[in-house]
Amino acid sequence: MELVLSIAIGVLAGSGVWLILRPRTFQVIMGLMLLSYAVNLFILGMGRLRVGAPAIVPKGQTIDPSQFADPLPQSLVLTAIVIGFATTALFLVVLIASRGLTGTDHVDGREREP
Amino acid sequence: MTRWSDHLLIAPVILPLLAGAALLLFNERRRQLKSAVSMVTVTALLICAVLLILRTDAAPQALVYRLGDWPAPFAIVFVADRLSAVMVLLTAILAITSLLFSLARWHSVGAHFHSLFLFLLAGLNGAFLTGDLFNLFVFFELLLAASYGLALHGSGILRVRAGLHYIAVNLAASLLFLIGVSLIYNVAGTLNMADLAQRIPHLPAADRPLLEAGAALLGIVFLVKAGIWPLGFWLPPTYSAAAPPIAAMFSIMSKVGIYAILRLWLLLFGDGGDALFGHPLLLAGGIATILFGAMGALASQDMPRLASFCVLVSSGTVLSVLAMGQSGLTGPVLFYLVSSTVAIAVFFMLIEVIERGRDPVAEMLAVTREFYGEEDEKEEEEGAGVAFTATLAALGLCFVACTVMIAGLPPLSGFIAKFAILTTLLNAAGPAPVSWTTWLVFATMIASGLLMLIAMVRAGIRTVWLPEAHIVSRVRLVEIVPIIALLLVSVTMTVRAEPVMRYMQATAGALHDSENYIRSVLPERPAQKAKGGGS
Repeated sequence: MELVLSIAIGVLAGSGVWLILRPRTFQVIMGLMLLSYAVNLFILGMGRLRVGAPAIVPKGQTIDPSQFADPLPQSLVLTAIVIGFATTALFLVVLIASRGLTGTDHVDGREREP
Repeated sequence: MTRWSDHLLIAPVILPLLAGAALLLFNERRRQLKSAVSMVTVTALLICAVLLILRTDAAPQALVYRLGDWPAPFAIVFVADRLSAVMVLLTAILAITSLLFSLARWHSVGAHFHSLFLFLLAGLNGAFLTGDLFNLFVFFELLLAASYGLALHGSGILRVRAGLHYIAVNLAASLLFLIGVSLIYNVAGTLNMADLAQRIPHLPAADRPLLEAGAALLGIVFLVKAGIWPLGFWLPPTYSAAAPPIAAMFSIMSKVGIYAILRLWLLLFGDGGDALFGHPLLLAGGIATILFGAMGALASQDMPRLASFCVLVSSGTVLSVLAMGQSGLTGPVLFYLVSSTVAIAVFFMLIEVIERGRDPVAEMLAVTREFYGEEDEKEEEEGAGVAFTATLAALGLCFVACTVMIAGLPPLSGFIAKFAILTTLLNAAGPAPVSWTTWLVFATMIASGLLMLIAMVRAGIRTVWLPEAHIVSRVRLVEIVPIIALLLVSVTMTVRAEPVMRYMQATAGALHDSENYIRSVLPERPAQKAKGGGS
């Protein structure tokens, strides 16, 4: 399980970093989205991976917390997803505005001189 | 039933948040209503900030506010010690002056200025007051999101281009923030700063590399915000393209990263003596930032760019002095931080007023004439002198005051700050010989002061003294009052330097005494071993 998750995070993060460094704005935003997927998976993984142990306490019982999944990283991931969603939307708007104002989709606003 | 004053710590966040949200319900054309509401809110913020300063000065421990009244390490806590109070006051002073300045015309060049401004203030105050690591991330995102909107305020190719880079860099930095926070959570099992400070000394040695990796990632994020040399290239284009009142507010945003480093490093790694975690890198980066900023200031052709390089020099100075790791330096460097932030904010506003009436063709003529060394200036040398309007003379005086504050010359607060830092640097070694890093920081500070002086005097001559440049449009009262007010803040810091410096020394003392902070957040629980297993 850890292996699958690690490989997934690694692939997503690697692709994200490569895309972020590209010169086209659409590639940059794709890279940011892939990186945010990787980071969200990473945060979830930080709560240690446990299969089949939802963080729900049966009513009225005292429990051993180490038998359940950690709920805090799950809430951290939710917060991060929501924040990432809002900033992605904002970045898309700026991307479109930049395309309109500069006429090109290059991140620098103009093509590189040959 | 709690008294209203018990909620003083949350007021700097709640007030602008509610006011900004309420303003969104009104039609964009009701500018007077929006201006009035935001002025009232910002004045209330200033009052809250002053009350915070008075209360933290009087209280023996930091003030703590537990959201939802949950018990200590589980609640998200707001902690106000002296440093937070100083930063909240600085934010409030800059906010009221920038807002007043923007009421002249800048608030109407785009939509939703007042709401975004208030959300920015909510984010800033929250970042300064919070005592929880992930809450710090949330408030960072709030202030960044508002700043994205404000950086683009007024639109135009320059702003959108700079804004694209600004947003991309900061989004990537936020992702690094998340990775760092989750690494620290994984190792320590808590996100409460005081609880972390308690648990970290007791962590097993095998977990230490992960912890330090997480802290290093956090450090990178804060340094990106501060504009340290290899990570700060986004700063000059963004700050120079932003609308002037917004650039004035941005001058404190670059200090949020430095605040975070100061708060977290001293709390979490305070057991390693006074040296900050990663201080060789901080020192090298800080010095590189100073040099880069000074050379950029010399090379800049227009004044907003010059001002944004001043921001870099100020950040670099604070970072490199903090990296020296002497607890006696923290007080003077906080004084310097306040003084330089005020100086840069007033500089941004002053530039806009001075440059507004300038003729761009005349400016280009002046530059080319200087470059090609034309000598037919003889007709200018006859007569009793050059005629100045009273407005231009007043603005010129303000410009001189800015130059003096930024370069660190007497008599204003920049000099006192620099003098205090340099004296403490040299005296800290006692009878032992001064180390070469001290000499390096000393030399860099003095050299940067000289270079800033040259750059600003040259810019001032071009804009105020050259005869071709004497076209100054009308300056409204609502624009000159904030400039004079900020300059008066600096004058007050000079005249009443002793009380201010004493407060800063007390702030530094409280910062280095992390036990005090921990006790105020976690009063009952004794120091714990890290919980085995689980989480």
